[in-house]
Amino acid sequence: MSIEAFYIILTGALVAASSALLGSFLVLRRMAMLGDAISHAVLPGIVVAFLLSGQRESTALLIGAAASGLLATFLIELLHRKARLQEDASIGISFTWLFAIGVLLISTYTGQVDLDQECVLYGEIAYVPLDQVSLGTIWSGPRPLLVSAILFALTLIYLLISFKGLKLLSFNEDHARSLGIRTQVWHFSFMAMVSLVTVLAFEIVGAILIVALLVVPAATAFLWTRSLIPMIVLAVIFGVLSSFGGYYLAVGINGSIAGAMVTVAGLFMLLSVVLMRVLKRS
Amino acid sequence: MLQISNWWIYDSSLWLVAGGTFLLSVSAAVVGGFTFLQKRSLVGDAVAHSILPGVAIAFLFSGEKDPWWLMLGALISGWLSLILMDYLNKRTKLSNDTAIASVLSVFFGVGILLLTYIQQSASGEQSGLDDFLFGQAAAMRSHDLYIYGGLALVLIAATIAFYKEFKLLSFNPEFAQSIGLPVNFLRILLNSLMVLAIALGIQAVGVVLMAALLITPAAAARNYSDGLRAMLWISALIAGFSAITGTLISFSAPSMPTGPWIVVCLSIIALLSLFLAPGKGMLARMLMQRKHQRKITDENVLKAFYHLGERQGNLAAWYGLKDLEAVRDFEAGVIPKAIRRLLRKGHLLRQSERYQFSRAGLDEARRIVRLHRLWEMYLNQRLRLKADHIHPNAETMEHIISPEIEAQLLEELDYPERDPHQSPIPYRS
Repeated sequence: MSIEAFYIILTGALVAASSALLGSFLVLRRMAMLGDAISHAVLPGIVVAFLLSGQRESTALLIGAAASGLLATFLIELLHRKARLQEDASIGISFTWLFAIGVLLISTYTGQVDLDQECVLYGEIAYVPLDQVSLGTIWSGPRPLLVSAILFALTLIYLLISFKGLKLLSFNEDHARSLGIRTQVWHFSFMAMVSLVTVLAFEIVGAILIVALLVVPAATAFLWTRSLIPMIVLAVIFGVLSSFGGYYLAVGINGSIAGAMVTVAGLFMLLSVVLMRVLKRS
Repeated sequence: MLQISNWWIYDSSLWLVAGGTFLLSVSAAVVGGFTFLQKRSLVGDAVAHSILPGVAIAFLFSGEKDPWWLMLGALISGWLSLILMDYLNKRTKLSNDTAIASVLSVFFGVGILLLTYIQQSASGEQSGLDDFLFGQAAAMRSHDLYIYGGLALVLIAATIAFYKEFKLLSFNPEFAQSIGLPVNFLRILLNSLMVLAIALGIQAVGVVLMAALLITPAAAARNYSDGLRAMLWISALIAGFSAITGTLISFSAPSMPTGPWIVVCLSIIALLSLFLAPGKGMLARMLMQRKHQRKITDENVLKAFYHLGERQGNLAAWYGLKDLEAVRDFEAGVIPKAIRRLLRKGHLLRQSERYQFSRAGLDEARRIVRLHRLWEMYLNQRLRLKADHIHPNAETMEHIISPEIEAQLLEELDYPERDPHQSPIPYRS
């Protein structure tokens, strides 16, 4: 394995693992499509922040994306609860609207934004080894690798702190509330973490395919087990394996690495469904 | 010079493109009305994303961007995604939204992989297949436009032809089955029409934004009508208007994509409708709610004055706000506003911070207390509820009972003198 391949696979694996950790709760809470909506809706925030700050690696991007992610969540709630629009349509309208605005902003400011529609969709994981950064003499290597390592660490820390709250929230929200647990705090901190993963993973695998990494490994793991911790561990394993398999598939047919990662994740899911069927019969 | 000649080309094809997006949007809106009613908006979104690999494989097979091949590929992979979502939802323990999100993202990922694979190869370089991601309205050739436009017309005609059946299927499938309609066939037909509408619509706005073309017009139209026929007409109108407006805007500046502009127009109309539509919009409902809230508060204040008068044995006395608070707990700050409204309506009279019923106010207070006690009487006498269980319900009903129902209650209870708590029932003096 060349060092470039190692960097790419490791970056992909870290992103996939972070997504799988959060995605498990997304699947359990039946909010997979909300994750999809947020991943589309962060686009205008990213573009606006980019235009204002003029650079790609800045906290402004994070703030912009988090703001538009929250705006989407708020808009969906508003349409659903106050304007009494059915929930599926509230989600559909909100994210298509925000995404369309994002695409328009990109095409209006083509020269000024170092983003293009392709990047939005495919991500640039193939260019990971090219983007080098060094932290003094301590460490030097690809910047996206560093970003995804930090992301993974943040996600792990968040989960360690909030594991009990999220668990109660996922299985019995009313019970959690009756125990005096502030469910809103966990709900919004969880949505904020999902937005964070979406934004940080945005350049790496693309805004739309991040949904696959959030949902598919977790859903596959959910098929195999009924307890939470094994499910999370399995989801992470499926995510990491997808990164490995995806890289070699992409190299094999000379296609998008992000697309190939998702394809492999999908294959795991398909195999699981078929295997479950066979096992049930026998 | 180049710029100018480019403009000329754009201009001459403008109305052709506008006509094309018009037909595609209208057909998607008409079929999407049923998708919306069946609460399958996100299924529509997933089908749109899932069409991408079908289109790519069709291109690999035929080696060119032939509309018929692309349509066939789109239909097959769209249908496959529908079947898979159904299977995952029904046969595994995955929830509906997880099934949708999984199928959507995996199909899309496979599509992206195939697309990048095609673009590496020589023939794929100019394929323009990635136009499918964000729509390619401005790049459509007239030959393709005729085919897509024709298919859109077929779609609209089929929906009109099966209107009654689809309506039954959407609102009450059990009833449709019981009167002998071929429900399964209809379901397959409606699904096929949806897939076809999506496959056509992505030519205009692309796979990512297709869901908007399907559901946003219906979500806007639902604010103006309760009838299905009117709703479909209105959503077709909104979709057609947005298609033409979006096309015009996008042609006014170079390198502006058409699809996102159509979607932005649609969304703005939908959001405005949801918030501002008369009657059913959010604002209208909030105003209505506030009006009711005020009416109830006013009636409660009048009633409290009446109770006060009853307790003191003098309905015509002057009472201060302090006395009122002793009778009933009101939310902080509501009493002064309610008193001001009651003074304006002439239900109360004021003299140096003390208040008295006017003639009309006393009648109104009597009416409310009468309705309360009559309803308690009815619950106690006819529904055999215990006397200590009936007060909360009467607190609500006193604001709702209409004169007609009051007359019926009086008839039914034969003009009773006293309620179950032995309080006198006040009649008009």
